[in-house]
Order: sequence, then structure tokens, then C-alpha cells
Amino acid sequence: MFKILRDLLRYNIEFTIGFILTLAIFLFALAHFWAPMPDSAIYLLPPDMPPSAEYWFGTTSRGQDVLWQMSSAIWNTMLFGLTVTILSRLLAVAVGMISGYLGGRWDQVLMTINDTMIALPNIPILLLVYFVMRDSMSWPVLAATAALLGWNYDARLIRSVTLSLRNREFTRHAVFAGMSMRQILVRQHLPYVMPVIFFTAMNNLIWAIGLEVTLSVLGFSDINRPTIGGMIYWANQHQAIIAGIWWWIAFPIAAIVLLFLGLFLLAISVNEYIDPRSRLSRMGA
Amino acid sequence: MDGFAKYLVRRLFQCFLVIFLGVSLAFLITTLSPIDPVEQTMSLMTSFGATDPRSVDLMREALAELYGLKGNFIEQYLSFWGRVLRGDFGPSLSAFPTPVMSLIMGALPWTIGLLMMALVISWTLGNLLGALAGYFRSNTLLKISGAAIMALNPVPAYIIGLVLLLMLGYIWPILPISGGAQMNLQPGFTFDYLRSLVLHGTLPALTLVLGGIGGWFLSMRSLVSNIVTDDHVVYAELGGVNSGKIFSQYVARNALLPQLTGLALSLGSVFGGAVITEFLFNYPGVGRLLIQGIYRGDYSLVLGVTTISIIAVAVAVFIIDLIYPLIDPRVRLG
Repeated sequence: MFKILRDLLRYNIEFTIGFILTLAIFLFALAHFWAPMPDSAIYLLPPDMPPSAEYWFGTTSRGQDVLWQMSSAIWNTMLFGLTVTILSRLLAVAVGMISGYLGGRWDQVLMTINDTMIALPNIPILLLVYFVMRDSMSWPVLAATAALLGWNYDARLIRSVTLSLRNREFTRHAVFAGMSMRQILVRQHLPYVMPVIFFTAMNNLIWAIGLEVTLSVLGFSDINRPTIGGMIYWANQHQAIIAGIWWWIAFPIAAIVLLFLGLFLLAISVNEYIDPRSRLSRMGA
Repeated sequence: MDGFAKYLVRRLFQCFLVIFLGVSLAFLITTLSPIDPVEQTMSLMTSFGATDPRSVDLMREALAELYGLKGNFIEQYLSFWGRVLRGDFGPSLSAFPTPVMSLIMGALPWTIGLLMMALVISWTLGNLLGALAGYFRSNTLLKISGAAIMALNPVPAYIIGLVLLLMLGYIWPILPISGGAQMNLQPGFTFDYLRSLVLHGTLPALTLVLGGIGGWFLSMRSLVSNIVTDDHVVYAELGGVNSGKIFSQYVARNALLPQLTGLALSLGSVFGGAVITEFLFNYPGVGRLLIQGIYRGDYSLVLGVTTISIIAVAVAVFIIDLIYPLIDPRVRLG
């Protein structure tokens, strides 16, 4: 594992940049545990201060330090993204592997449901869920809803991998050796599916974070919990752009773009590592 | 024709299934939620001042009737389907007494126009650039544009739109940032109106194009770079077929098939991006309608827009499925 990481860092420039960016942002987000003030406190500092030696990224119109707000916000946004990713991976793996392994009628039924879910527009459904939940909408509920909507594309991918494993020799051996379906799937097939899970997890994380930003920018989440989208929401509420308080909006946008860039570079370089064909073409074959 | 008919029936079945499950889901979300829409609307209405308790009761009755929340679960479900099929979601509360349906019908052409423009541009451009980048792998210009497109790819539509709005709306104000057309112009086929239509649509469409192009570019490039090493392409190259023909007929055409499937699959999420973009640029489509409905607590409007957008996306996917056999003869011949 560490050897792979070392080789990727040494030979793959995209991975190196992505790794450093993501790590830097993660450390920055981690710093919020040592923040000098609670992230929910408002009107603690003089409002609308431009970036200075005392307030590096300035303060908001609500009297918060932009730097520390951002630190908490990135942490919360990443936490949301990871929760969605883990939940939706569980679903995708379960449905994909069972569908691929069983084949036949089960496969047809599961994949029909899967394709139906893909065709449903996510945002209107999420907005409807928010609308009917309103104030009882907390971030875990939102994460669970997002996870329920975000697994189907990857389930199809995982299914296609399992489908090809089903007819391999070792699967037949395992069946004859008396292994149960669960044992075969977990012990025999899961290792082969792992790379796909990992790669789709990266993409799913990016998707989930984008979703969180989108929804909280509109104020459709717990607006008192700092998130990147939530910061932009409050900045819009206070008309920061018109008032000239650019630092309130520019820094969160820069942070989110850097985070996306880092994760995206990681995702494509990991994909390249997993798919040997693109590695060959890098070598000039 | 047999294979085509079979294909068509299968796709039609899928389309109906999507609509059935989607509409049922919308119903389930609204009925199973712990919050009663009637009480919610009541608290919204009575918050303006003291109301006579008797009229509150009457209003509660009327709202339950209006929202189709009378009777048991099955009755409500059936009556919901009845309303969907009749296209009758009742009057909108925030724009009383305009029916929700006429609000949606007024907004739908805007969304369809915007989405079609953005999709056609981003799909064509993304695939073309992706195919070129996959075919001419050593071209520096394509590599640079590829890196730029890829960097934009993961950024959500709202952020791209906000940055565009700040750059082209405030810092260097050359484009209108709000609305679908100039307010004081009479809609019609006049030059002025069409010009303002295009100008107002540019920023929202650009947002969607920039947000969508990366996905097409990436998948097309990897598809093409795989096909390039296929036997039939290598054989054609050795046989001296000119490279333009190899590119368009041997490589790009084959790679386009999965991309068309991808287009159908992505419509749902593209629509989601359009919702946000419309709201950001105050574009008079269904997305803005939906978000305004949520802000104003307009239950019928939100439910109506969600249901109609599920149906509209399903129908659009079906239309793309109809194009597929034109490109892939295997489907046509069965």
C-alpha cells in the first residue's frame, strides 16, 4: 500500500498534485478543532473587516472570522461527502454484486430498478424531500437521502465486474467447496471489485460534495452549521458582492475549487493506476 | 423491423416504469413525511395576523381537499394519480388563483430551450474535442485544452455560474445577468426580442456547457483511445485509408454509441444543474419556479413541478432512445 503510494507520488504528477492539494485542505479543515472561537458564534468580531494581519481572510458581516469559518465549513462539507459516499457504496456493492452473481431474472429485476433510478432527476426529488421535511432536515437525513439517490450508476459498474467473475473457475470451485453465496461474494469476489469501489468512491465523493454545496447555497440544509455552501448562502443573504465584501465569497469559492481539483486529480490518477491500458499509453505504447 | 419493434417496446416500458416509480416516489415522500402540509400552510397563512378559529377549521378542510389529502392512503394515492393524469395540481398558493399547471406550462419552454441549447453544444463540442484528443494524442494544444476542461469538470454548476456572473456581470458587465429576456420587449419574432433572448440565455447556457463538457470530453477521449488500437482501425491504417476517414467513420462513429446512451442517462442530473442555474440567473424556467415554490411554502407548486419534471425527463430519455437505432444498425436489424 505504501509502496504504491510512493510510486504514484514519484511517477504520476497528477496524483502528486492532487494528493498535496487534498492533504493541505484536509489539514486546514482539521485545524478547526483548535479554533480560537466556536464556529456557530456570530457577532463576536468586528464585522466586514478586510483581510489583514489579524484576520487573514477578513471577517463576515455576521462578525465571524472567514478563515476559521472556512476551516469548519470544509470539515463539515467533507464529512457530509464521506457519509454519502460510504452509505451509497454499501448500497451499490450490495445491489451490484448480488445482481451480477445471481444473474437471470434477479439480475433483470434489479437492473430495471437501477436504470429507473438513474433516469430520475435527483435535484427535484431532493428538493421535494427538503420541502416536506423543512426544519427537521438535519445533515444526516440529507446525507441518507443523497446516498439513496447516488448509488445506481456505480451498481451497474460493479455488476458488470461480478458478472464476469461468476463464470470463472474459482467461483465454481468455491461453490463446490460448499461456500455460501455471502461467503463467495465477500471472500472471493470482493477483492476483485475493490478497485472499482475505490474509483467510484472518489467520483461519488466529488458528486456528494457538489450536491452539498448546491443545496446549502440555496439555504436548503441546516444553515446554522457552517458549510462551504452555507457560507456563500449567508454572503448572498448579506449581499456581500454588492457591499464589496469580496473576501466573504472569494475565499470559499477558491477553497471549494481547490478541493474539487485535488479530489478530481486523485480520482483520475487512481483510475489510471487501476486501468492498465491507460498506464501503457502513458509509457508510449 | 422486428428487432426495432422489440427495442421500442422495451424502451417504452422503461419510460413508463420511470414515470410510474417517479410519481409514486413523489407521492410517498409527501405522504410519509412527518410534516403535515396542511398545518404548514396554515401556520404560514395565520402568521400574518389573528384569524377567526371557525374560519381556520374551514380553511383546514379546504386545504386538505385541495392537496388531495382526504381519505386513506390508497384513496389518496389513486386520487394523486388522477390529478397527475389530468394535469391538475390545483391552484398555486403563492400566485393564487393561477393553476400550478399553467405556471409550469409557461416555464417549461424556457427550460427546454435552455437545456437543449446547452446539451447540444456541450455534447457536440465535448465529444468532438474528446475524440480529437484521443486520436491525436501528442497534440499540445489539445492536451492544454483537455487539462482546462478537466479542471472545470468537477466544479458544481452553481459555482461556475457564480464565477461567470461575477466576472461577466459585475467586473466586466457585458451580459445581462437576470431574467429570460428584456422586460419591456413584446415577445414575438422581432429582431430585438430574439437578440435579447439570446443575450439573456448566454450566461445560463454557458454555465451549463462549461459544467457539462468535461464529462463528455473525458469519456470520449478514453473511448477513442481504446478504439484506436482495435484491429479494424490498425488494419485500415495499414491499408492506407486516409486519416480523416479513419477518424470519422472508423473511430468516432463507434465511440459515439456509448456516448448517446450516456446522454440519455445523464439527462436527470443535467436537469438538476439547470434548476440551480435558472435560479442563479433568475431565468424564468421550471427550476426557478421550483425553488421559489420552496421559499414561499407553496405545496402544490413544488409537488407539481417535481412530478412534471420527472415525467419530462423520462420522455426526453425516451426520445433520445428513439435516435439510437438511427446510429446503431444492430438495434435496427435486431
